[in-house]
Amino acid sequence: MKIHEYQGKELFRKFGVTVLNGVVAETPQAARAAFAQLGGPLAVVKAQIHAGGRGKGTFIEQPEQRGVQLVRSADEAEQVAGRMLGNRLVTIQSGEEGKVVNRVFVEAGCDIDRELYLGIVLDRAAAKPVLMCSQEGGVEIEKVAAETPEKIFKEHFDPAQGLESYQVRKLCKKLGITGASIRAAEKFMKALCRMFVDLDCSLMEINPLVVTKSGDVIALDSKINFDDNGLFRHPELASLRDLSEEEESEVRAANAGLSYVKLDGNIGCLVNGAGLAMSTMDIIKHYGGEPANFLDVGGGADVDQVTEAFRILLADPNCKAVLVNIFGGIMRCSVIANALVTAAKTVGFNVPLVVRLEGTEVAEGRRILEQSDIDCITALDLADAAKKVVEAIGAVTAS
Amino acid sequence: MSILINKETRVICQGITGSVGEFHTRGCLEYGTNMVGGVTPGKGGQKIAGLPVFDTVEEAVQATGANATMIFVPPAFAADAILEAIDAKLDVIVAVTEGIPALDMVRVYERVRSSKSVLIGPNCPGVITADECKIGIMPGYIHKRGKVGIMSRSGTLTYEAVWQTSNLGLGQTTCVGLGGDPIVGTSFIDVLARFQADDETEAILMIGEIGGTAEEEAAAFVKANVTKPVAAFIAGRTAPPGKRMGHAGAIISGGKGTAAEKIAALESAGIVVASTPAEMGQAMQQAIAAA
Repeated sequence: MKIHEYQGKELFRKFGVTVLNGVVAETPQAARAAFAQLGGPLAVVKAQIHAGGRGKGTFIEQPEQRGVQLVRSADEAEQVAGRMLGNRLVTIQSGEEGKVVNRVFVEAGCDIDRELYLGIVLDRAAAKPVLMCSQEGGVEIEKVAAETPEKIFKEHFDPAQGLESYQVRKLCKKLGITGASIRAAEKFMKALCRMFVDLDCSLMEINPLVVTKSGDVIALDSKINFDDNGLFRHPELASLRDLSEEEESEVRAANAGLSYVKLDGNIGCLVNGAGLAMSTMDIIKHYGGEPANFLDVGGGADVDQVTEAFRILLADPNCKAVLVNIFGGIMRCSVIANALVTAAKTVGFNVPLVVRLEGTEVAEGRRILEQSDIDCITALDLADAAKKVVEAIGAVTAS
Repeated sequence: MSILINKETRVICQGITGSVGEFHTRGCLEYGTNMVGGVTPGKGGQKIAGLPVFDTVEEAVQATGANATMIFVPPAFAADAILEAIDAKLDVIVAVTEGIPALDMVRVYERVRSSKSVLIGPNCPGVITADECKIGIMPGYIHKRGKVGIMSRSGTLTYEAVWQTSNLGLGQTTCVGLGGDPIVGTSFIDVLARFQADDETEAILMIGEIGGTAEEEAAAFVKANVTKPVAAFIAGRTAPPGKRMGHAGAIISGGKGTAAEKIAALESAGIVVASTPAEMGQAMQQAIAAA
């Protein structure tokens, strides 16, 4: 689960990670009031969407406007917020259709001395969380990692112990943090590592992290992802979820216990198992087709879930054919066949359907399909199925 | 021979009184696995599928001489169940449970690595040595005893690979489902070392997917240490970055973990990489023929 910058900063404050004062605004008038409330000579208006690269991002409706802007008056705060709110911001991470900005965060300014980068992720190879820092703050960190990996400093830490003081000293030395700022950095980094563990985060990024002219260490940005598997331990985080940031069909699928990702192609896929579902997308592409989605119905899906899966696939206007690929293990092919028959009755298929069944109770599954009046093309194996669905698409789009 | 498990392996099921645990315990019994008992805290004294149920793993081991376990405990309690199995010094721990928080696995990983136990999973289909012992949820009948060792990060895609090698007459020794989570107890490298040392395993088929660097590490290991023919397939060539493809571990993030990178690493290690999932068995045949 992802959250907005302003929500991340509220959590930072609770854990003792220093942030600047800021106010969320959903209207231009509220942004104006926020500027006055902060009371400074300047403030920064920041569009709140779940995608990075906002500072360089542009609005479809307001091409001159960027996603982050310094303002020097309440009037200006109101005008800038007016150009952002309700409009679609396109960044390097948002996709070309962009994301609608429903809120802006109006934040106090500060005297920046240096901009750094700080991130925490789970390092799979080491099986430990790792704190990463770099002097190259405020820029695209992926680029730094790819081109000059020696500029990124890493310290792994034990979740139970947190970050040790000597690790902070090592990092400060490499980052050039000196004097009184070392103590501020220690408090900051330790609190952040504690928060990563306590809230079951999967990723945390602060870009930039700033050292101010007065020596304070402050999080100027926040990007936080939570481990979905850990959310059951943190019911209080549920209210931070912003469904408007998520694909509607993906939310619907998740509610039905299905794992679904919408893609741009026209061949809907229904598969059991994540690896097989990915491979099915791959083989469709191999034979010249384009998958409309990734869909794993899981090992124990029942008729209701499979029916809902078909509804979701067919609700996508781009979907011009459907490929069902089931390798029954725990999932019996007869269950899938019965679900197909039910789904055909209740949902109705208006596009070609290619079915490949293999595994447990395959003979029974095939018999059920043959005896039903469903108009489906049966396939013998994966390659056969992919070829047939790509052919079917060709026939549909040619006619 | 085979690796990890055989007909002598004495297996218990943690979570045996749950419907899923009971169902798969019966499935393993039908396959011929030497199931000797089960564990559910508070349910000791019951019998499930004719097997005695105990309150603790320690008790179960004392009473039955078990040396392996299959875990179906719900995600919130699964890490603790794995730790209990490590504490009871079981040789092989198979964690089928899906959805364990990643930070729980950090704690478990450290403990299992400093113990003599081998942890397979979590979020995996399990381990099977054809015709001898099945610990997990895979359909037994698709397996055929033969010469290929199979290891995989995926479930149903493994079945596909097993099916293809069975139909081509290659057959399998042991198949290991490593699991689809970011942190799993056993890596490709651990299993490669075992297959390399196993006399009966003549060739190795590896099924990877996008996310992480496990395949790249395996490729380097094969180059340096494996003399047997190796074939591979990587799922997710067409997966978009930043999207989690079902498995918690299957995500391309920060431009890392792409299929293209993995395939390049595998090919540079002399591994035959199947270009589609329909050709995994053929790729294995090709690797064997070239050796």
